[in-house]
Amino acid sequence: MNPKILEAKHISKYFHDPVTMQVLKDVSFDLNKGDFVSITGKSGCGKSTLLYILSTMDTDYEGDLLLDGVNMRNRKESELARVRNEKIGFVFQFHYLLNEFTVLKNVMLPGLKLALHSEKEVEQRAYEKLKILGIDKEAFKKPNQLSGGQKQRVAIARALINNPLIIMGDEPTGNLDKKNSEIVFDIFQELATKYNQTLLIVTHDNEFAARTQRVIEMEDGKIIKM
Amino acid sequence: MKLKLMTEISASLLLARWKQTLVAAIGVTFSITMFIALLSFMSGLNDLLDGLIINRTAHVRLYNEVKPPEIQPVSRDKKFSGHNFIHTIRPKNERQEIYNNAEITRVLRKDPRVLGVAPKITTQVFYNVGYIDLPGSINGIDVGEENRLFMFKDYVTQGNYMDLKNTPNSIILGIGAAKKMMASIGDVIQITTSKGDRMQLKVVGYFQSGLQDIDNVQSYASLSTAQKLLGESNTYVTDLQVKLKDITIAPQLAKEYRRLFEVDAIDIQTANSQFETGSSVRTIISFAVGITLLIVAGFGIYNILNMMIYEKMDSIAILKATGFSGRDVNRVFISIALSIGIFGGMLGLLFGFGLSALIDNLPFDTPALPTIKNFPINYNPKFYLIGTIFSIVTTYFAGYFPARKASRIDPVVIIRGK
Repeated sequence: MNPKILEAKHISKYFHDPVTMQVLKDVSFDLNKGDFVSITGKSGCGKSTLLYILSTMDTDYEGDLLLDGVNMRNRKESELARVRNEKIGFVFQFHYLLNEFTVLKNVMLPGLKLALHSEKEVEQRAYEKLKILGIDKEAFKKPNQLSGGQKQRVAIARALINNPLIIMGDEPTGNLDKKNSEIVFDIFQELATKYNQTLLIVTHDNEFAARTQRVIEMEDGKIIKM
Repeated sequence: MKLKLMTEISASLLLARWKQTLVAAIGVTFSITMFIALLSFMSGLNDLLDGLIINRTAHVRLYNEVKPPEIQPVSRDKKFSGHNFIHTIRPKNERQEIYNNAEITRVLRKDPRVLGVAPKITTQVFYNVGYIDLPGSINGIDVGEENRLFMFKDYVTQGNYMDLKNTPNSIILGIGAAKKMMASIGDVIQITTSKGDRMQLKVVGYFQSGLQDIDNVQSYASLSTAQKLLGESNTYVTDLQVKLKDITIAPQLAKEYRRLFEVDAIDIQTANSQFETGSSVRTIISFAVGITLLIVAGFGIYNILNMMIYEKMDSIAILKATGFSGRDVNRVFISIALSIGIFGGMLGLLFGFGLSALIDNLPFDTPALPTIKNFPINYNPKFYLIGTIFSIVTTYFAGYFPARKASRIDPVVIIRGK
């Protein structure tokens, strides 16, 4: 059996503005290594909120979150930043690439921050990731010279640079057309099967969700199907 | 975070808004330039004005004051010990000469704190012009020492000051007095001493201090001429002017000499306290103006960084999402602010030096100050050091608040807001 990568235990969250309301109600689930899981649900069901809690960026919640067996509760901001840097790769709906840097440099940034390897090595790895995603030819262009689909692939390469424990995606295909969505899905699929990469993708695209290994369906802040 | 990575991120943000960055840097440059030029000029002016007094005045002056004895004879008698009430005390008819002045001079010249000693005789005279007697005073000086210690030469505007020593019975007239007497160099004038004796002296030069009250009455003669004028022996000296290596110890030394030589001694600080006050007020004003300029430049940097943070909100958010901590982001913005400050400040120091040099070469012609040809500038490295420190400190604080704001940006809010 594959080891548990992520454990969510009884996670609840409240929004206080304008009135107190519970957005997540006692959510619990596990992810094992190599899982390719999607979270679906209607808009406003709390799936994105859950993802930001799982990604350690949102710390205002009740319950426990264990990443790689380590509890993330009561950690300092800088410790959480380190966890995100080392163990989590992000892909957002929008690519969020820095236009001042080349594509290659954008991919390298989290790796340089982690500073586990020399700059030369990080550059080598970044280039490899771009190659896996088939955009190594664009390495020295600026992000604003790329198409939407290419940008999203660069963002995926950036998420992969530190060989993270888990990749989290928040509507990664939300801004893409059918063809590019297909490409991105295939990349995720390949990462999961070929590289045994754990993936947790939030999406409202039911077609996309249906093709993942496991679907977590949410409604009104609760998991209704898993 | 590695320094190189931080620099790269800072530089990319800087270059993304390079025009605004340049404007901010120019603000710092301008304020530092003005700060340096203003302080150098102000301080040069202070030095000039102080120099007018300090160069010409003894740091410690030893003399005998006309005053009643501090211990009255009655108090010396054991029978009348305790409190005595004495009325109508008058000063004694004492000679103004400093007793044993040759020995005192010898001791003073050996003192390592003393730069030099110049003996002097001050006496009141009348300049005779036809039927009119103009009141005046003659200083008998040791010409060589007076020139070495008090820059006598600078104030002799016409004629050669050494003639005073080489020509017997000669006088250098104050320019105001000379004009009134219509005496040219080479003329012989007549004076009446305070004892009523008449004497003829040859004019060998004019003296101009820049202070009209002095130039109208004061003249210089050699020590021996003055002694002859008064009918005194060649040991007669009324003042010993001491110049010190360090002017700040003057009050303390005056006290010491008063006790040691049993004469009156006054230090320059006590004699000219108004100059100290004037200088320090001028210095405070120039510092205040300079610092105000810098603070204004600081607000410019603050504005630009704030704008940069709003524009680069996405970049900051993604950096934080991918593992850069709040501290890293904070450091990036602080380093942007500091590099604006350091770059602008260094240029400011250069331009400040240039502007000072320019002012230094502007002609400044005033009849009151015959030795001054250009505006005075003080190139004190201290101003450059203060300018550097201030540019760094203000830009640091200008960057501190925007940087703190950037470090607290919540990536969730921005990423979800899209």
